[in-house]
Amino acid sequence: MKIMPCPLNGPRNISEFTYGGEFKLMPDPNTCSDAEWADYVFNSNNLAGVVTEWWMHTASSYWFLAERHTVTDQIIRTYDPSERFSQRVEFNLPASREEEVSA
Amino acid sequence: MPFSLLKYGLSSDYPVEVDLPAPTELKPSYDVVIIGGGGHGLAIAYYLAKYHGITNVAVLEKSYLGSGNTARNTAVIRSNYLTSEGVRFYTESVRLFKELSNEFDFNIMYSERGQLTLAHTDATVRAFRQRAEVNKHFGGRTEMIDRQQIRELVPSLNLDPGHLPVLAGLWHIDGATARHDAVAWGYAKQAAKRGVEIHQLTEAQDFVLDGDRVSAIKTNRGTVRCGCVVQAIAGHSSLLLNKLGIRAPIHSYPLQAMVTQPFKPFLDPLVSSSALHCYVQQTSRGEVVFGGGSDPYPLYNTRSTLELKESLLAHAIEMFPFLAQAKLMRQWAGITDMTPDYSPIMGLSPLDNYYLDAGWGTWGFKATPICGKTMAELVASGGQVPELIQPFALERFSRFEQVNEMGATAASH
Ligand SMILES: Cc1cc2nc3c(=O)[nH]c(=O)nc-3n(C[C@H](O)[C@H](O)[C@H](O)COP(=O)(O)OP(=O)(O)OC[C@H]3O[C@@H](n4cnc5c(N)ncnc54)[C@H](O)[C@@H]3O)c2cc1C
Repeated sequence: MKIMPCPLNGPRNISEFTYGGEFKLMPDPNTCSDAEWADYVFNSNNLAGVVTEWWMHTASSYWFLAERHTVTDQIIRTYDPSERFSQRVEFNLPASREEEVSA
Repeated sequence: MPFSLLKYGLSSDYPVEVDLPAPTELKPSYDVVIIGGGGHGLAIAYYLAKYHGITNVAVLEKSYLGSGNTARNTAVIRSNYLTSEGVRFYTESVRLFKELSNEFDFNIMYSERGQLTLAHTDATVRAFRQRAEVNKHFGGRTEMIDRQQIRELVPSLNLDPGHLPVLAGLWHIDGATARHDAVAWGYAKQAAKRGVEIHQLTEAQDFVLDGDRVSAIKTNRGTVRCGCVVQAIAGHSSLLLNKLGIRAPIHSYPLQAMVTQPFKPFLDPLVSSSALHCYVQQTSRGEVVFGGGSDPYPLYNTRSTLELKESLLAHAIEMFPFLAQAKLMRQWAGITDMTPDYSPIMGLSPLDNYYLDAGWGTWGFKATPICGKTMAELVASGGQVPELIQPFALERFSRFEQVNEMGATAASH
């Protein structure tokens, strides 16, 4: 069995985890163009090499980051997202959009 | 044995036919360079030569012909898709497949057995009704059948697997298989006959750009100049796109399959279950082939995993209990480029003379002929995208116009 070292729960069978996609920085949804948003939502580097990605320990719903080699499948490091994020990401709708939503 | 055959076999002037000419040096320049010598790349080369008279063409293949997913797929050919764009495209491919053996004068072992997809929930029954109607409308032959009809069609099938009794089935009369390597060989031989150069052990490694054009391709055997380029490298599309700075919504996942020892013929149609994520078919040699869903996370590695074997076999045995006694002969995987809408990326790229045939995920074998034909038209016309493949443009993602084709997912190929 392949073992994933979970930063919260310790080493676990990889079947306990859900893959959550490449780690990428989100552009500001209120100011970015449609093209930038589409690039963020859909496109990826899909590298053959070491990538940083989101993973979740399914049973505890705990999200974390992992560095993994996509050719050897070696998990190099896993860590808590607090290493990358110091505050919560808020999604405030711009005023004009709020009106559209309530209409 | 007929006497004439014996005489023919012993005669010294048995007509030796060369399949592929011996390897030559790369020329310094070609009108068209096709990267990837799988079924798709070879089909594009063939149709370019046959219908458009374009023969100053090189196909570059880093390994041997068809060594990628063309030689690894489970060879399901069908057109019972969900969207009108998908059904039109794949129906035309099935039509071309039926003619290929004649066209090549070479047997690709096209075998029309029909494909049966099982519905185990009411929601699936409703979805299948829609698929059947869309299919009929666009020229496919698909209908709903009930449990009794399924029992008659596949007597060895367990209609009550575990907690998921079979409620109905989607019966696709056009479902078929063909010998996948033979498809690659047929195209290669016919393309080479018309002057296309096929260079095996030749890897495209990098590009020389001239403004918005690729002027040359760097390979392990030197640099070749090119009028235009078609990229058809299935599971590895992102690796070359990254070199060109082209962003695409592709994630590469392994897809595993396996095959048992041979049995006497017991299963004519291809049978697939959407809820059990498993499809089963018997080859003309009697082996039973199983396929299922992709690995749970992206990887550029074709290692096998015990988890997938276990879950796939458990589901196959629920469908055909006697297979519990079967011996597995072989297990393998290929790398598949998955897109978010389960549809290919075909047509233009952000570069002027670089064309894309990518994002084929787990479903591209059945598209080989139509993909080759339409991509050849695109190249020959200098960038006019044929109508049939317009919906599959890379641009659809930035325009939020995806083709939602869940009918193409791995479990039902
Ligand atoms: C297990 C499995 C089962 C499948 N089952 C089905 C099925 O039942 N039905 C179906 O329709 N589809 C199926 N598919 C999908 C199908 O196999 C592919 O979509 C299809 O074969 C793609 O064809 P291709 O010619 O584009 O790619 P390939 O056959 O993979 O050819 C691409 C070629 O490009 C070469 N290449 C890569 N990089 C370079 C480079 N830099 N330079 C030169 N050459 C390069 C590779 O060596 C390879 O030979 C399955 C796939 C797998 C893995």
